[in-house]
Amino acid sequence: MSEHSNDEHPVDRRARIKAWLGQARFYAEEFYSARYRGAIARAQRDEDDLFMLMVFSELMGVPNPVAYYTLELQPLMLERFHDWHRRMGMEKSPLDDFRCC
Amino acid sequence: MSAIVILFLGLGGMALAYFLYSKFIAEKVFRLDSKFRTPAHEFEDGIDFVPTNRYVLWGHHFTSVAGAAPIVGPAIAVIWGWLPAFLWVVFGTIFFAGVHDTGALWASVRNRAKSVGALTGDVVGKRARSLFMVVIFLVLLMVNAVFGVVIAGLLMRFPSAVVPVWGAIAVALVIGQLIYRRIIGLALVSLIGVVALYGLIIIGPSMPLQMPDQVAGLPGNAIWILILFGYAAIASLLPVWVLLQPRDYINGLQLFIGLIILYGALVILNPAMVAPMINDNVPAGTPSIIPLLFVTIACGAISGFHGLVAGGTSSKQLDKETDARLVGYFGAVGEGMLALGAILAATAGFASLTDWSAMYDAFGKGGVNAFVEGGAYIISNGLGLPETTAATLLTVMAALFAGTTMDTGLRLQRYIFQEWGEIYQQQWMKKPAMATLLAVGSCLILAFGAGADGSGGLLIWPLFGTTNQLLAGLTLLVVTVMLVRLGRPMWFTLGPLLFLLVMTVLALLTQLRSFYEAGNYFLLVLDIVVLIASILVAMECAAALKRVRRESATKAEG
Repeated sequence: MSEHSNDEHPVDRRARIKAWLGQARFYAEEFYSARYRGAIARAQRDEDDLFMLMVFSELMGVPNPVAYYTLELQPLMLERFHDWHRRMGMEKSPLDDFRCC
Repeated sequence: MSAIVILFLGLGGMALAYFLYSKFIAEKVFRLDSKFRTPAHEFEDGIDFVPTNRYVLWGHHFTSVAGAAPIVGPAIAVIWGWLPAFLWVVFGTIFFAGVHDTGALWASVRNRAKSVGALTGDVVGKRARSLFMVVIFLVLLMVNAVFGVVIAGLLMRFPSAVVPVWGAIAVALVIGQLIYRRIIGLALVSLIGVVALYGLIIIGPSMPLQMPDQVAGLPGNAIWILILFGYAAIASLLPVWVLLQPRDYINGLQLFIGLIILYGALVILNPAMVAPMINDNVPAGTPSIIPLLFVTIACGAISGFHGLVAGGTSSKQLDKETDARLVGYFGAVGEGMLALGAILAATAGFASLTDWSAMYDAFGKGGVNAFVEGGAYIISNGLGLPETTAATLLTVMAALFAGTTMDTGLRLQRYIFQEWGEIYQQQWMKKPAMATLLAVGSCLILAFGAGADGSGGLLIWPLFGTTNQLLAGLTLLVVTVMLVRLGRPMWFTLGPLLFLLVMTVLALLTQLRSFYEAGNYFLLVLDIVVLIASILVAMECAAALKRVRRESATKAEG
């Protein structure tokens, strides 16, 4: 270490080291993320778009495309459905096209 | 002759070129303007267009372009002696690669950050654009096949590296999760990653895993190639943050550490150049140095692959136009430094000329194995590391680079197949899994096509270099046409372009003859395909330049 750094006030030195570490962290994080920022942001945007579509589709008069596919889930749900509608306080199935007991 | 002298001559030359020649190119030819509003600012969207710190961008540009290719090419080309390879790497970096990379960045930045392929369509014409797609596909196909063969060869020859090479993938997977789930900060993660990787390298020699010579009727080499492509196919389908991003990060750190270790050991040991300056006594069957030298060393002297990186991603992130000089030119210099290290390792890292000649007993031999063994000799004698540990270190470095290029290459090839599925209305081809299968299949055909044990890959190395140079030629054509339209000096890009075209066509003709004489009809056909592409490129060049000159002539009259 040079004499200069020995004379320096400890608070100054700490601040300088802190600034240097902050700079190093900035470079490391940029180096990690910059290359793939686009790909990851795009993936997130796609998910958000899908979510928006599901939330607002009925509102915009577009039939929810997911509803159609949930039909496939019916056999899997059937066993749990009876207990579910009882717990929800309904004696019979509330859905016209989903019969139960 | 001492290796340090060569090292400093090379580094000094490239440094001088960066300070003088690149300044001239940037100010007088491309006229980079720090006030020009770059696409990163104009279209800033937080996704693709993000103004990025120039040192960060340089780091990305450098680590994306510096892979296994600047190691393999020079390490094969020293068979003609170290001087020709040295001169081509130094002068190629200065007058070809640096100008090409800066030019590709400039051309893309001045055209709303379009990729070089799209630019070819706009600046040169639709036909040239289709040609560009075909050449890219050929480059990717060859690079995947070659690197599969290279890694398999390394894993057969250096079994101590098997555990660290595959362990590194596990390390990357863990790091990816740690960062993604924000469990600990990046500084600590980097430290853990590097320590874990080097820990694996140190324990590697004590647990070597040797693939048997024969497994189920197939050579061990072929088994490794199949495993590698299986891995690359899976890796290319994973989301980028799972494996690609953390592994690239670790690779980048490893590249810097590896270069420092290799150069440090060279300076401490100061070995003498063992290989002849110019090899008068080349093994039988070695092709003529002109034109083959200029396609054997592609990356490290000039490579079209850089244009893809420059145009596709770097140009969208350039903060100021003047940064193109650091990112493009100095990125190329960085790669030249790696190639220089490879040359020195493969020529000075041997105890005697007999050892060296035994390594280079035929054309295409030596290569990356010579780099690893020579480099290990230098590191173990210079820094006192055990030789197997040093060899493991360099094998891991080369294998990780090649592996990264492989799965990026497969991903890009998959996109091309998916695009073709879109164009030709083939629903099945648009599915990622099917497109990946097609990509892997075509690479395997190439790797096994020339030899049942998968040794065919290395035979196509010069063909890969040729195709890569063609790609560089197309990029230089785009830049030249733009310069002529602006009335700027064109010889600084047209000169390299003409040189490349002549050398690639000559190299293809030479190889055509040798494939025919060897009765290797598979490679013969491939050679003809590339030859047709290169003639088409040459004709496109002539037509485009003629048209542009006519345009400017009518403009002058009107």
